[in-house]
Amino acid sequence: MAEKTNKTSLTIYYIILALFTIFYVLPFYVTLSTSFKPFEEVSISNMWKLPSKLSFEGFKEAFARLGPNLKNSFYLTIPATLISAIIGSINGFALSKLRFKYSNIVFALILFGMFIPYQSVLFPLIQFFQAIGLYGTIPALIITHVIYGIPITTLMFKNYYEEIPNELVEASSVDGASIWQSYTKILLPISIPGFVVVIIWQFTNIWNEFLFAVTITSDPTKQPITVALVNLAGSQVVQWNVQMAGALIAALPTLIVYIILGRYFVRGLLAGSVKG
Amino acid sequence: MSVQKKKARAGFFIILPSLAFLGIFVYYFIFLTIRTSTSNWNSFSSLLSGEYEFVGMRNYQRLFMDPRFQTDLWNTLFFTLFFLAGCIILGIFLANIIDKKLKGSSFFQNLFLFPMAISFVVTGTVWGWIFAPGNIPTSPQGINLLLENLGWTNLQWMWYTSTQSIGKFNLALIPVVIAATWQMSGYVMAMYLAGLRAIPEEMIEAAQVDGATGTQLFWRIKMPMLRPITLSAMIVIGHMSLKIFDLIYAMTGSGPNNVTDMPAVYMFEQMFRSNRYAIASAIAIIMLVMVAAVIIPYLYSSFRGER
Repeated sequence: MAEKTNKTSLTIYYIILALFTIFYVLPFYVTLSTSFKPFEEVSISNMWKLPSKLSFEGFKEAFARLGPNLKNSFYLTIPATLISAIIGSINGFALSKLRFKYSNIVFALILFGMFIPYQSVLFPLIQFFQAIGLYGTIPALIITHVIYGIPITTLMFKNYYEEIPNELVEASSVDGASIWQSYTKILLPISIPGFVVVIIWQFTNIWNEFLFAVTITSDPTKQPITVALVNLAGSQVVQWNVQMAGALIAALPTLIVYIILGRYFVRGLLAGSVKG
Repeated sequence: MSVQKKKARAGFFIILPSLAFLGIFVYYFIFLTIRTSTSNWNSFSSLLSGEYEFVGMRNYQRLFMDPRFQTDLWNTLFFTLFFLAGCIILGIFLANIIDKKLKGSSFFQNLFLFPMAISFVVTGTVWGWIFAPGNIPTSPQGINLLLENLGWTNLQWMWYTSTQSIGKFNLALIPVVIAATWQMSGYVMAMYLAGLRAIPEEMIEAAQVDGATGTQLFWRIKMPMLRPITLSAMIVIGHMSLKIFDLIYAMTGSGPNNVTDMPAVYMFEQMFRSNRYAIASAIAIIMLVMVAAVIIPYLYSSFRGER
């Protein structure tokens, strides 16, 4: 919207934006400047100063301690993201193009799973994994994220496919294509932007997840990076440069996704907040 | 069978596996948690013996009599109120400035949004350090040190380790609300921005021709048009706030006198540290009821509107 803005108000807007920039950048500044400080410089009185010289000690130490967990996070997040995206796509197709009686109620029942506090299913879930012998393993976390990811990926694909005209799918079925063919030949090829959004969303959420991670994996070598980062703080004296380097390492993969694919990231955010 | 019927049938069968999985992992598991919450399983041995004794609402009664859980509920209430207010006020405010299309506004938009890509655990870790009080006045840390450097020592206080409160509101929640708002306000801004951009330009222009001032434009045209966004934002932030766990766990824990304790933190301790499965399950069910009270009317109204 083009509202006329005069010069004084323009200046005021920039001042406001600059002030907020400080607020949003502040933790980032503290993290970066601390993580590049050598051990002896990380005394409390230096907290707000830049490092006198760049040191990688903190990163070296953080990598040594969090490296395996970083790997775990990738092992966990990549398959869980891909599988849940595929399931979401198939479900979204069914709910938008193959509507059946009560499909709205079914959809609402599915969607409810997105909002529940996972605490309310946690104990039975752990007992279930103990019963099938998967408790404490990364596959158990993958299964968890795939199942509890169904609501959001289904929602996102349903919304995406609803934008695609029904005639496109109908035309193919008139031409004699089976339902499976109209999905794989017609819908799937134009689903790529939808997949990008859903994959970014799921990747970010699963990577950042903590509750399932901390309760389903108790063995430190099997834990994802979010859990390992919290445990880093609990160990002996807190070495702040290591701690901050660890925070940066844990945040980096999703930050990179956000920086490179920001446009799709925003679309995913909005898709995740608009229901129905 | 008609093509339409065949399609509907296929649609149903495609959904069926997902529905079955969620039936078990959501609905049946919730039922199991309710069952545990009404049991005597308040130690590891009572669970192992497998003997299930139904104790009715006893665990719930114990919880509501428990001062720590009462604190948790007040903390949840105040945290939710301020977190919501912070995100919505900042969200509207920033979205309106970004919407002016100043030079570089997309840069600021991306900047305000970037915390959203980060885990609450990282947010908690970093803000936990920024708000670490240190020993004031001898060796202040974090913000307190910054205040000292600026000469504003009278503004120093204990932040999230403070045990001060105003009525039932623990002041220690303020730094936690700031961290949470830092993380989520960009999200709300993005929602409002999408809303603002959906307002037809003719509408704004017509109002401007009629001589509406910027303020009038905001309160009379934009705000009413943005009401559904506000509702969505309240649902998203509100349900997140009712179950907040990772931020608290990484940033403050339960704090002195449970000043920053939340139901999710208490639940975690009862379940995994004290093996009091029944009490922990009762907390989980209370959390579920709180979330459901917000979500079910919302789902209901949005689906009724669709038909």
